[in-house]
Amino acid sequence: MPTDQTLADRPEPLVERRDYSLTGPSAALAIERGLASAEWYHSDVPRKVMKELMQRRDGPAIRDTLIWLGLLALTAAGGIYFWGSWWCVPFWAVYGVLYGSACDSRWHECGHGTAFRTPWMNDAVYQIASFMVMRNPVSWRWSHARHHTDTIIVGRDAEIAFMHPASILLNILHFIGIVDIWQWMKVLVRNAAGHLTPDERDYIPEAEVGKAIFWARVHVAIYALTLAAAIYWRTILPFMLIGGPRIYGAWHMFMTGMIQHGGLAEDVLDHRLNSRTCLMNPVSRWIYWNMNYHVEHHMFPMVPYHALPRLHEVIRNDLPAPTRSIPAAFAEMVPAILRQRREKGYFLKKTLPPTARAYREELHQTIPHRDGLKE
Amino acid sequence: MQWVSACALDDIDPEDLVRFDHGGRTYAIYRDEDGAVFATDGLCTHEQVHLCDGLVMGDEIECPKHNGRFNYKTGEAERLPCVTTLRTHPARVVGEMIEIGLED
Repeated sequence: MPTDQTLADRPEPLVERRDYSLTGPSAALAIERGLASAEWYHSDVPRKVMKELMQRRDGPAIRDTLIWLGLLALTAAGGIYFWGSWWCVPFWAVYGVLYGSACDSRWHECGHGTAFRTPWMNDAVYQIASFMVMRNPVSWRWSHARHHTDTIIVGRDAEIAFMHPASILLNILHFIGIVDIWQWMKVLVRNAAGHLTPDERDYIPEAEVGKAIFWARVHVAIYALTLAAAIYWRTILPFMLIGGPRIYGAWHMFMTGMIQHGGLAEDVLDHRLNSRTCLMNPVSRWIYWNMNYHVEHHMFPMVPYHALPRLHEVIRNDLPAPTRSIPAAFAEMVPAILRQRREKGYFLKKTLPPTARAYREELHQTIPHRDGLKE
Repeated sequence: MQWVSACALDDIDPEDLVRFDHGGRTYAIYRDEDGAVFATDGLCTHEQVHLCDGLVMGDEIECPKHNGRFNYKTGEAERLPCVTTLRTHPARVVGEMIEIGLED
């Protein structure tokens, strides 16, 4: 029989896993609570300023895309030239991040249609980046639309990264992409075979299903050709160029992606409570295309990436102070996620400056049967 | 149909829009770059977001949430995720005011 002391030493059990599916009880509850397609908090921005911030330009994204593609070509050439010697390692290290991490921000910004002013440029880079990041360009467009409609609303948002209780092992493995590409490759193959899950059918309109299947088949065909080339030439070099960077170069994507919402609130209607703005070095900001301004991006998703620093200056007095660096973000986020594994409803609640309007707590408190939202 | 006074002409810059609420419904009133006036329903047909916070570009209004676009002169949905036509309403300038025509 355990003593009192051993009982006290025993860690709290993990919280019961929530239902994160889009067709289960959480989905019905989110609708019942008024959390689906709800009106969200927005900081005040004068209309003329917002119009200026939302203006599209081709210049910044053309410049960044030319640099991106140029660096990809150069580092790939270096990796191939030095293949077989240790000199190839730095080339693949850079190529890997440019392919396996920068693809995510290009996919994201072009999916929003805000990277370029010219629509075909957005669409072209979106298709290329979707392939590189191993996401179906059709279904992920719709899932990301839902992510913005119902950000971190359980039962509605298909892109919640940390599902409580979060698996520590899985999140560490994400940095080397193995679990991730296995999961996404299964989705692509399943879509290519013509199958969509009930969750996918929840956010993809019926008219778009055929396109989702078509693009999955295109992606799978390219990977099949890569495999054939690797077998024919008896080398993994084709996978160093195509697909492989999602394993060896995805660490930056996950490092920055985890910061977006990790340790913060679920089921709230104020992006200041469920998103994080984090200052970071200029190289990471370039790879990430300024998505470190994540509260700003969610509050005003039609502001292009190149205008987010200016938007930050406009509304910063209404937001919690930004986290000062990537290490600082992990230092505050990891303990919060570990606590969320054992304490139902806990989230990291940031202090607002005196100049800010209060969080929309009154709205959350009026939601019936809402348990566990606390500081 | 009845004509309802919505706002002053000067309330809207060319190539911009404002929100107008009337009779429990919400509308969007536009001026194009030449100053001509137009009116549509005020909510995006995709996720019911207020279009008044969106950006007018030429003949298009872009939803501020998901980048869906409509031709605000015809109501036609022109970019995904919008697929359902936006309802348009007649609009006219009377003196210094903009009026929109609403069904009785």
